[in-house]
Amino acid sequence: MTDVLLEIDNLSVDYETARGDLKALRNISFDVRKAEIVGIVGESGCGKSTLISSILRLIAPNTRFRSGEIRFDGSDLLKATEREMRALRGDEISIVFQDPMQTHNPVLSVGQQMIDIQHRSKAPKGEKREKAAQMLAAVGIPDPEARLDQFPHEFSGGMRQRIAIAMALMSEPNLLIADEPTTALDATLEVQIIERLQELQREMDCAILFISHHLGVIAELCDRVVVMYAGAVVESGDVRKIFHEPKHPYTRRLIECDPGHIKTRARILPTIPGEVPDLANIPDGCIFRDRCNQATERCMAHVPPLESVGEEHMAACWLNHEEVTA
Amino acid sequence: MEKSQSEIRIIIVGIAKNPLGFMGLVIVGAIVFSAIFAAWIVPYDPIEMNIRDRMQGPSWSHLLGTDQLGRDTFSRVITGGQVALKVALPAVFGAMAIGLTLGMVAGYGPKWLDNFLMLLFDTIRSFPTVMFALAVVALVGPSLQTVVLVVMATSIPTYGRVARTQTLTLRNSEFILAERSMGASMARILGVHMLPNIIGVLAVLAAMDIPTVIALEAGLSFLGLGVKPPTPSWGALLKDGYALVRQTPWLVIGGGLPIIVATLGFTFLGESLRDVVDPKLRKNQ
Amino acid sequence: MLIFTLKRFALAALILFVAVTLMFLMIRAVPGDPVQIMLGPRATPELQARLTAELALDQPIFRQLIIFYGNMLQGDLGTDVFSGRAVTQIVFQQLPFTLELIFGSIIWSAGLGIFLGAYAASYPNTLIDRMVAIASVSFVAAPAFVVALLSLLLFAVHLRWFPAIGAGNGFWDRMEHLVLPSFAIGLSWVGYIARLVRASMLEVLGEHHIRTARAFGLAERRVVLVYALRIAILPVVTVIGVGMGFLLSSAVFAEIVFARPGLGKLVIDSITTRNYPIFMGSVLVSTGLFVVSTALADLINAWLDPRARSAK
Repeated sequence: MTDVLLEIDNLSVDYETARGDLKALRNISFDVRKAEIVGIVGESGCGKSTLISSILRLIAPNTRFRSGEIRFDGSDLLKATEREMRALRGDEISIVFQDPMQTHNPVLSVGQQMIDIQHRSKAPKGEKREKAAQMLAAVGIPDPEARLDQFPHEFSGGMRQRIAIAMALMSEPNLLIADEPTTALDATLEVQIIERLQELQREMDCAILFISHHLGVIAELCDRVVVMYAGAVVESGDVRKIFHEPKHPYTRRLIECDPGHIKTRARILPTIPGEVPDLANIPDGCIFRDRCNQATERCMAHVPPLESVGEEHMAACWLNHEEVTA
Repeated sequence: MEKSQSEIRIIIVGIAKNPLGFMGLVIVGAIVFSAIFAAWIVPYDPIEMNIRDRMQGPSWSHLLGTDQLGRDTFSRVITGGQVALKVALPAVFGAMAIGLTLGMVAGYGPKWLDNFLMLLFDTIRSFPTVMFALAVVALVGPSLQTVVLVVMATSIPTYGRVARTQTLTLRNSEFILAERSMGASMARILGVHMLPNIIGVLAVLAAMDIPTVIALEAGLSFLGLGVKPPTPSWGALLKDGYALVRQTPWLVIGGGLPIIVATLGFTFLGESLRDVVDPKLRKNQ
Repeated sequence: MLIFTLKRFALAALILFVAVTLMFLMIRAVPGDPVQIMLGPRATPELQARLTAELALDQPIFRQLIIFYGNMLQGDLGTDVFSGRAVTQIVFQQLPFTLELIFGSIIWSAGLGIFLGAYAASYPNTLIDRMVAIASVSFVAAPAFVVALLSLLLFAVHLRWFPAIGAGNGFWDRMEHLVLPSFAIGLSWVGYIARLVRASMLEVLGEHHIRTARAFGLAERRVVLVYALRIAILPVVTVIGVGMGFLLSSAVFAEIVFARPGLGKLVIDSITTRNYPIFMGSVLVSTGLFVVSTALADLINAWLDPRARSAK
């Protein structure tokens, strides 16, 4: 085995709805190596959430896996039993969700919840509690011992997200999925939390799959980036390459909209003219063609494949095929 | 007029599509039918005594047997349905009308009036219904009218509260604000604009309330505090049956089953009416 | 929290005050001489005079009310017209029987209702869910006193499984006597609570924190029973508190049908014998019970729900 931890291979996921199948993810491929931080960028509705819930297999009942594999440490999670999945969740794979205000149980104390998630450990309750306090201290919550007895609503949004990170890292996971963990917070808090996350990642040596639509954060934090649009990967590769020489018009537009520094932040999400196509009724050709100002005949008829455009750099655009653009 | 008729048709079709709603329609229809045509359906006079045939078990000549005075139970059950509706319908519609008016006034009128009415409603509701009914009947004496009045008084607060909440919600909605800014009178706003929006919710409440009222009337009559004998009422049947529960169990069944069936019928009807009227719930169907 | 508690009880006291005043005025509004009504036409003039003085009937109505409240605050609700015993003594002697019945009913029905509701919510739109839904609609509709009569007929008279009348002596005997009446009272509550829990459970199971709990690999049983159910049962407490009046009403009938001692039987007897002090006393206590239980439900909820606890 190489040092690849998570490998998404040609994954397609549909939602069965009354209007027909919604093709939420189509032929997604990328990988996450051990101890590396991979960012996923895209507008809301691009399939990020479907991707996360597919990896953890916490899916809505109408979800259908049509093709592909999700290999974690070499074994296909789509073939794992529910029991095997539950053994992974919160142990080898952890997650931090987007909205810190709703992510904790409102009627159980923070300490209770942090003790509960150590359900795999045989340690006595006192020890679990101590570990919970240590984790709270590690994410920068003052007076952690006393705060364990408090309830989520007694913490601010930033504090709650720190608690969520503490909970996610408690099992020292190999993979941490962070689903827009800072979107709901203001810029100063965002910087603090990102920096803390970076430190902890170095300490624990875990891989992070970091989902965001804030390019500044991605540029600061990630080693590699996957750009998604309407359920497909349009570009992926080394973070510097993507930012300095983007090979897909969509990526280019994103960077124009959000110049990408962690301290400044585009409050208004990138706006690109046109609408995302209806995923229940996908038109022929490139998925981005209606919003692309460089679209050609070929883009109307054929889907461009995701192909290498340089070392550690892939893109799905016909413009990179010299012979056609002429 | 044409519009509201077609609306009623849509509602009825909506109810009948739901199996429970269909059952509700059938049961309620049967009860209303037998109450209207009771005089033609009953094989015997429900209050005529016939001592020679007393306390007979069910047979072909007396489908549900006879009571301790030889009266035909089946005839008394059918006529009892008439009495039940005579109490339930005026009580429920009266309570709805008064509750609606008071509730809209509370929701739209000055704050002190609202506070006063709410306190009054809470107080009436804080009497256990039966205790309240018993108190009034004890003081005024039992009769059909007393029962109607008592039942009305106890359920006014429920309608009042719902009407108030609806009024408060609607009060600040854009179309009412627009109407007010154009100088519409209070009567016009309440009557023309709010009423149609509130009445649907109250109608559902009323349909669900009818079985409660039927049960309350039967209960009072069972205690000897409802309609006066010899008027046949399901509660009176139960009273007679209870006194002789070892000898004439068919009286308990004859009085009890119609109450349960009627309750089920109206509840099913009310449930499916709510699903049809409340668009939020309809979406989930 | 303290202010919240005080406010809640102040409102309860106010409602109780208005209710008692109304009831008092209603009794006094009855045409005819109350002493005559209570004692009957053949009572001796001395007896009539004594009762008139005792009830302060020779005073103006406003003063009567003040005297009544003065006595009430000292724990004196008057004396029984016939036996001469204190009303408080008689009422509080009967109260435990009624409380036993009410709690017996609510414990089994809330337990079963919560179980059915949670179970149905865990398997929405399956056959089990539909069956629970239909059963609960039907149960909700069953009037307590009709169920009481029919179960008396079937289980006590016909099958002879349970005793038909009385409250029993000794623990097990009392329990046995409690079965049928509490079944009759509780049946509609099973349906009501099951529907309530199902709805709130479905809502809670869709909340984000449940997804979090699952994402940490917590056992599904723990997610449903602890993480979701603790929130989903909050409305049940409120509903039971507010439903105390309804429970008391059902208890009146259950006590009559099964010839059990208790407040209900006391009220009915006092009505038929026109024993106004007893009547007034039992109505006052049952109204008070309702008011207190509503306030208590709010407090229990605040205790169960940390969010409500710190709400200002």
